[in-house]
Amino acid sequence: MGKIYKHHLFWPLSVLAALLLFNLFYSPDFFSITMHDGHLYGSLIDILNFGAPLILVAIGMTLVVATKGIDLSVGSIVAISGAIACLTISKGADQNVMGLILTSVLIAVGLSLFLGAWNGLLVSVGGIQPIIATLILMVAGRGIAQLVTGGQIITVTSAKYAYLGSGSLATLPFSIFVVAAVLVIALLLTRKTALGLFIESVGCNPSASLMSGIRANGVILSVYVFCGLCAGIAGLLLSSNVSSADGNNAGLWYELDAILAVVIGGTSLNGGRFYLTGTVIGALIIQTLTTTIYMIGVPPEITLVVKAFVVLAVCLIQSDSFWAVFASRWKTRHYPGEKEGIHHVS
Amino acid sequence: MSAQEPILQMTKIHKRFPGVKALCDVDLRLYPGEVHALMGENGAGKSTLIKVLTGVYSIDEGKVEMEGISISINSPLESQAAGISTVYQEVNLCPNLTVAENIFIGREPRRFGRILWKEMNRRAAEILSERLNVQIDVTEPLRMYSVAVQQLVAIARALDISAKVLILDEPTSSLDQNEVQQLFRIMRKLKQDGLAILFVTHFLDQMYEISDRVTILRNGEFVGEYMAKDLSRLDLVLKMIGKELSLLEDLPSLAEDYKDSFGEVMVKAENLSRKGAIEPFDLSIRKGEVVGLAGLLGSGRTEAARLFFGADKPDSGKLIFPGGSEGVHTPREAIKRRIAFCSENRKTEGIIGDLTVRENIILALQAKQGVFRTLSRKQQDEVAVEYIRMLNINPPNPDHLIKNLSGGNQQKVLLARWLLTAPQLFILDEPTRGIDIGAKAEIQKLVLSLSRQGMSFLFISSELEEVLRVSDRIVVLRDHCKVKEISDKDMNQQNIMQAIAGG
Repeated sequence: MGKIYKHHLFWPLSVLAALLLFNLFYSPDFFSITMHDGHLYGSLIDILNFGAPLILVAIGMTLVVATKGIDLSVGSIVAISGAIACLTISKGADQNVMGLILTSVLIAVGLSLFLGAWNGLLVSVGGIQPIIATLILMVAGRGIAQLVTGGQIITVTSAKYAYLGSGSLATLPFSIFVVAAVLVIALLLTRKTALGLFIESVGCNPSASLMSGIRANGVILSVYVFCGLCAGIAGLLLSSNVSSADGNNAGLWYELDAILAVVIGGTSLNGGRFYLTGTVIGALIIQTLTTTIYMIGVPPEITLVVKAFVVLAVCLIQSDSFWAVFASRWKTRHYPGEKEGIHHVS
Repeated sequence: MSAQEPILQMTKIHKRFPGVKALCDVDLRLYPGEVHALMGENGAGKSTLIKVLTGVYSIDEGKVEMEGISISINSPLESQAAGISTVYQEVNLCPNLTVAENIFIGREPRRFGRILWKEMNRRAAEILSERLNVQIDVTEPLRMYSVAVQQLVAIARALDISAKVLILDEPTSSLDQNEVQQLFRIMRKLKQDGLAILFVTHFLDQMYEISDRVTILRNGEFVGEYMAKDLSRLDLVLKMIGKELSLLEDLPSLAEDYKDSFGEVMVKAENLSRKGAIEPFDLSIRKGEVVGLAGLLGSGRTEAARLFFGADKPDSGKLIFPGGSEGVHTPREAIKRRIAFCSENRKTEGIIGDLTVRENIILALQAKQGVFRTLSRKQQDEVAVEYIRMLNINPPNPDHLIKNLSGGNQQKVLLARWLLTAPQLFILDEPTRGIDIGAKAEIQKLVLSLSRQGMSFLFISSELEEVLRVSDRIVVLRDHCKVKEISDKDMNQQNIMQAIAGG
């Protein structure tokens, strides 16, 4: 024993389990899943469905963070993507024509790729620090989204578009399949090709990577493009779910939740090792927390405070320094040297 | 001597890391007014002992006494407060702060909370010029200066912090002869002032030149404490490595045998130059040849080598390859042309610290193959295990994080990384800096045996003996200029020293 709690998924999974256990006692309805008209309903399904956009954004963010970067613009890309898709559809004579839906999705995805590439170029070729480079689009992106929507909330009445974010496939929400597909692609790309190694290498030591013949700029560019893509798809899911686009509020603060999910999942902001499954669990923790807070009827004015405390606790239990404080109180001997590499054993 | 009490005494020190006994039953006594050398191979526990002394690690067992009073050191700050100052092997100052700021960081002269910049700059310049004889502009950022000067700034900082014990962790590994002598003068002066100096080094000459007493460690264990003048060189080396030194003895002859059999020219530099780094030079390297680059630190050795790898861009001239093709603009292109380059900056341009030994070994080959032609895990394990065995990498575990290996073993991993790409020209920039005699001899032998199989080398080292030992031809650089090529019978220390000195 002793090895289990050193696994990088141990704490994220424990926290998720603890949250679910809490719900088991405080809101027994939490686990009930019912079937209506061939759809499954219940809190667990809701968590997956509503959590889908966050999981997507967090997956993209994980790779960016692994290169020692950060992408603050994802929330804005979510808004832009949703806005441009809804705008295109709302212009159509018949909003249910499949071609129109496809065109709008393609435009939104293409635009997200472009925005991701913009970030990537600023960081890699431009040599601007990631937090500043993406801050530009974070601020400007909100403006672009409002420009697209004309400052209004654009609503669409397309059942086909709504399917993306609220339809179901084989009794489960369709968005879950979108997330699963993106996750599988990300896992295959990073773990079955050398891309993951290159990302970790560049995040850990860019100049040594360059000297080893890795195209560091290419790697950095590609993670920002992928992150933009993920945010774009998240924007489609989100706007489709409510059949409308709100340039002001869609994806607001998503970047922060996504970064949080990445960190909870065990990926360090210092770059290097990254854990996609950890991130997914991190995002699920955040979504479950939000749902739980609503379910147990915490007054809305203090929900954010409650959330903050839980997140604080999660981050503290993963901090080596935090444990070292206790360890030195409890034991006469401690081993600061062990800090090194504790995450990577096993 | 025996009448004097040690200022610092460490007794029966134990330190364990997961799976490793880093220190076992180690004693260390430092006397005021003495230079005490700490010697041992890589992984002998020198660095760990120093980190224990400076509060980076805490000890598991044992006793530390300062002036007869038992103390416990739990942080670098406590160590400093106890009067222990350290200059580390790899300079760890802030390159983007000025020299003066680096010397006074955390201890700036103030009045009413306001930093007195003029006062600080004046005092920094004073410390540097009076105690170290270095005249530099202290208001320039530290990164504007060479590693050697940065090292001196680090020493100046340590000197200025009131110290009873000064630890110098391989201070000479990046200094040239003059700077070493300058440092030794300072050390002698400090010795007279009653300071106890702990001097960690791999250079035997330097140890004998400056040290009064020496403590030897091997594999984390205490071998013994000796008076330097009573310990013969042979005894010292035998105690350090615990084996016969025939390894080093038979090396010089190897390079001799092999004069006539070089093949065609592998690469030819024509009029290659880079402003502020190296004046235009010509140099051709033939197949199977070891070309040594000799010269003082900062003479342009590294700068010349980097042009061969595309690590820096030349301002003039070109590289010509067999068949008439030209040019190398990036490391990637160089690797495609089967050139490998082991940088002198192991930490910043070599290892990927958070990755495993296995990943570090396969990195360059994988980068060469591209993202999609991935080496399977099985292939990775096979090559990692093969090279770990071939180069005797310790610990022999491919899944160990490379940052936890000793310097010499990290160097071997980097050699493995490049050998795996099957280079035709291998540029080695200070491949043996900061590593022990045993590993040094292994690397030298490797160079010789690979060159006999047809690999060409560009070999850079500050140690003249080493360059002489492995090279077939030696190119001497002075003040960013190529001044002489020496080969055959002319290759001896005097000729090279003359060329380096000029005239």
